[in-house]
Amino acid sequence: MASRASQQGLFFRMHIDLTLLLGLIALIALGQVILYSAGGESMALMQRQWIRLGMAFVVMLVIAQISPDTMRRWSPVLFLFGTIMLVAVLLVGTKALGARRWLDLGLFRFQPSEMMKLAVPMMIAWFLAAGHIPPGNKRIFMALGILLLPVLLIARQPDLGTSLLVSSAGIFVIFMSGISWRLIAGFVMAGITFTVPLWLFLMRDYQRQRVLTMFNPESDPLGSGYHIIQSKIAIGSGGIFGKGWLNGTQSHLEFLPERHTDFIFSVFAEEFGFSGSLILLALYLFIIYRGIYITTQAHGTYARLLGSSVILTFLIYIFVNIGMVSGILPVVGVPLPLVSYGGTSVVTLMAGFGILMSIHTHRKLLAH
Amino acid sequence: MAAKQLLKDHFIELRIFQHRSIVAILFTMFLFGILISRLFYLQISNHDHFTTLSQNNRVSVQAIPPTRGLIYDKNGIILAENLPSYTLQIIPEQTKDIDNLLEQLATLIDIRDVDIKKFKKEVHRKRRFEGIPLRFHLSDEEVAIISVNLHRLPGVEIQAQLTRFYPYGKETSHVVGYVGRINEQELKTLPVTNYSGTNHTGKLGIEKSYEALLHGQVGYQKVETNVRGRVLRVLERSNPTPGDDLYLNLDINLQKVAAEAFKGKRGALVAIDPQNGHVLAMLSMPDYDANLFVNGIDSKTYKALNSSWERPLFNRTLLGNYPPGSTTKPFFALAGLELNVISPDHEIFCPGYYQLKGKAHKYRDWKKWGHGKTNITKSIVESCDVFYYDLAFQLGIDKMHQFMSSFGFGQRSGIDILGERKGLMPSRAWKKRVHGQVWFPGETVITGIGQGYLLVTPLQLALATATLANGGKYYQPQLVHSIKRKSDPIPRLVSPQLVRQIPVKKKSNWAIIYHAMTEVIHGRRGTARRLNKPGMRYKIAGKTGTAQVFSVAQDSSYKEEGLEERLKDHAVFMAFAPVKNPKIAIAVVVENGGHGGSVAAPIAGKVIEAYLNQFSDEELKAPPKATPKPATSRKKTLRTKVKLTVKPEPDTTAALMIKENTHG
Repeated sequence: MASRASQQGLFFRMHIDLTLLLGLIALIALGQVILYSAGGESMALMQRQWIRLGMAFVVMLVIAQISPDTMRRWSPVLFLFGTIMLVAVLLVGTKALGARRWLDLGLFRFQPSEMMKLAVPMMIAWFLAAGHIPPGNKRIFMALGILLLPVLLIARQPDLGTSLLVSSAGIFVIFMSGISWRLIAGFVMAGITFTVPLWLFLMRDYQRQRVLTMFNPESDPLGSGYHIIQSKIAIGSGGIFGKGWLNGTQSHLEFLPERHTDFIFSVFAEEFGFSGSLILLALYLFIIYRGIYITTQAHGTYARLLGSSVILTFLIYIFVNIGMVSGILPVVGVPLPLVSYGGTSVVTLMAGFGILMSIHTHRKLLAH
Repeated sequence: MAAKQLLKDHFIELRIFQHRSIVAILFTMFLFGILISRLFYLQISNHDHFTTLSQNNRVSVQAIPPTRGLIYDKNGIILAENLPSYTLQIIPEQTKDIDNLLEQLATLIDIRDVDIKKFKKEVHRKRRFEGIPLRFHLSDEEVAIISVNLHRLPGVEIQAQLTRFYPYGKETSHVVGYVGRINEQELKTLPVTNYSGTNHTGKLGIEKSYEALLHGQVGYQKVETNVRGRVLRVLERSNPTPGDDLYLNLDINLQKVAAEAFKGKRGALVAIDPQNGHVLAMLSMPDYDANLFVNGIDSKTYKALNSSWERPLFNRTLLGNYPPGSTTKPFFALAGLELNVISPDHEIFCPGYYQLKGKAHKYRDWKKWGHGKTNITKSIVESCDVFYYDLAFQLGIDKMHQFMSSFGFGQRSGIDILGERKGLMPSRAWKKRVHGQVWFPGETVITGIGQGYLLVTPLQLALATATLANGGKYYQPQLVHSIKRKSDPIPRLVSPQLVRQIPVKKKSNWAIIYHAMTEVIHGRRGTARRLNKPGMRYKIAGKTGTAQVFSVAQDSSYKEEGLEERLKDHAVFMAFAPVKNPKIAIAVVVENGGHGGSVAAPIAGKVIEAYLNQFSDEELKAPPKATPKPATSRKKTLRTKVKLTVKPEPDTTAALMIKENTHG
């Protein structure tokens, strides 16, 4: 008993939350199993993903060492830097697949919008934590102003998925700061009236097309509705127990495009069925509950606001991804967190968990 | 009071936060509830429906690659074709023990370790029911052996497919180029859909420059597959559109004559039709067999080609920068006349050297004791250096630069294959920019005999000669004569591109130059008089050159061998014929060949002879009154079309002028 306590103490001193860490490891392990199948049993692909995961773990551990106080002080700088980079991307960014998302820095490519997934909630938490809680209406509108600028810049790239994640990260901070329900109701009404100009002027044709085919995928079976139809067939044909690992016919016969990135959940649901999906969702829930628990124990307004935003954004990732591959949300290009193949989102997500670990392990333990 | 207030604030804040956290948990449960009920709906309530869909989901679309367009020479002789070849492939799913199978195969036909290595790499990348190639280009005998034993080789298949073949792979390697397997870089730039069934793409020469036309449009077929993906039957088919055929201006017979004449030598030859810029021959020696590259060259052969000091892979016609030497003299003489710097009866005394006023340095003539009294004609016929030292000094580098540039020196010609070099026609501005130095008068003097900074590619020299021959019409050189779409009955012609007409101040000035150049071959003291044979049906105008090699080519990766040889001068020769009705302009460079008259000129002579032998006496005579040329039926259709698109010149300027001069 004593040895276990001391071991936990060791992790704690290293600023690692063991419970959260174990949850993440279990999730990533399950993710690797399905990636092997979805990626066409390619070891080369697995190895590339392991390198990214290794990097992401290092990033998480490094960030966990930084105290929330330090983060708070650096929040405005980080935000300002990120915003400037976003403007730079629009001016001189590298174009790929019709979108301008990267800055080519010679040695590597940098995606500022990815950084903003953390910089935006940090900035808004910094701003709200500096004043009274709950904030007055004026401060709430100022916070929304801070949020709007980067979101519009990212939407212009265009990157609908990321702008959605960044805006939800910011909105969660404002929500957790105790904004009144009446105001929330007002915003919902305003949101509905805002959707109209968004639809008419801001969205690109291909985005509008995506939304339209979402409501009626059968209208374009070989075009933009193809992904959703095939994905639904894959998930549905999985049944209760699935077709078994590496046996998904839908996914392995290349009916599913992007099956190792955004559509990886379809492969999972086809091969492991409803029961497997419940296990995956349970793992996600475990991580989310641990995150929320950490924030309720957190010291200081900034830490609480930032921590809960990070974990709720993680929730949005899961909901939007599974929602889109199962045909209840439009396809906006959000990966299944920590499972989809791809580097940038993994690093940001793990950095987010680094923040949570930092919040948990930098508490002044006097209270306990 | 303040402390109490703060404490109270803190308490309120905590309560708000805890309240919101409960909302967050409820929110999480709500969203997860939606997802779970959606999954329940898809996977349990509608499982049967989706299972049926999944079973029926067997129609897939397959790409059918188009047949690549063919390449013909001027006379319809095929230069690049698609031949059926046999590939041995193995379907992993149908065989139990691949290693055992490979061993068995090795006892029947020749299989190298490299093949096995490549095969095993592919096994991991492809699906188990897909055939994976083991050996390409099976001989008929090998096909027979395998076919007989097929019953005891489960999973082995022989596939027939089309492979690019170049019947004149050696002679045309630098012009036609070759196709090769698409590499990763090309994958990024080639249109994805159109190349979905294609393995090869043009890598060099015509094959690369005309890739878009040669490739064609992909077709597709909808096939019914079983649940594992094997094709059961074809439901619907949309045929691919084959690539366009290309007819070149190149004459493969000339190309062969040139290659034969060049045997054992290094260098380049370019022949152009002065009346339209058509490239008749284009040879870089040594050459190599383009067929080696089609299905992947093995690294040993490639290394040997790539590291050879003779550099067979280096296309000298477009990339070789050579000092033109004395072949520039006719151009400078013309510059002197046209710019009124010298008069037609200008004469100097050549003591064998030249000195700038107030300078001790002596610029030597190749003839130690001098040429004595020298006029323009003699200066070209005997290639007097002192005449041009003096002329260059009088012209000045700026005028020289301007005049020579109009003939294309120092400029890309715009030929329809990629990668040509610019050569170099120096100027004050250029030296300032590149070397950061002022121009020295001495540099003008040596530029006058085609040395110094001046560099040309063989293509540029041929083009300048053509431009001189036709009275100043600078055409963009063209390799492709016409393009035949499979659906069209006759080919579409690529019309000649006249880039500029160099202003002719006095026709008699040009005639003086033609006369002098004719004397180079047909005169008693001409430097290329060995080309003069009794009974010739036409006259040749030309100029020899001998270029000092002060800096060995651009790269220094040559090995020791051949070093001594490499210090010898380059032999250069340019010519056009017949003088009165130019049909061919030619430039020849023989690397380290020595003197232009003895080494380069005979090669040019053979090519000119081979080309002009195709024409009747009537056609060689001037002025050509648009006489219809004898042609095969295909050529007839082409030629008639030429007349529609290209206005044939009823009188070649050169021909007229020479008449005025010699009889006037």
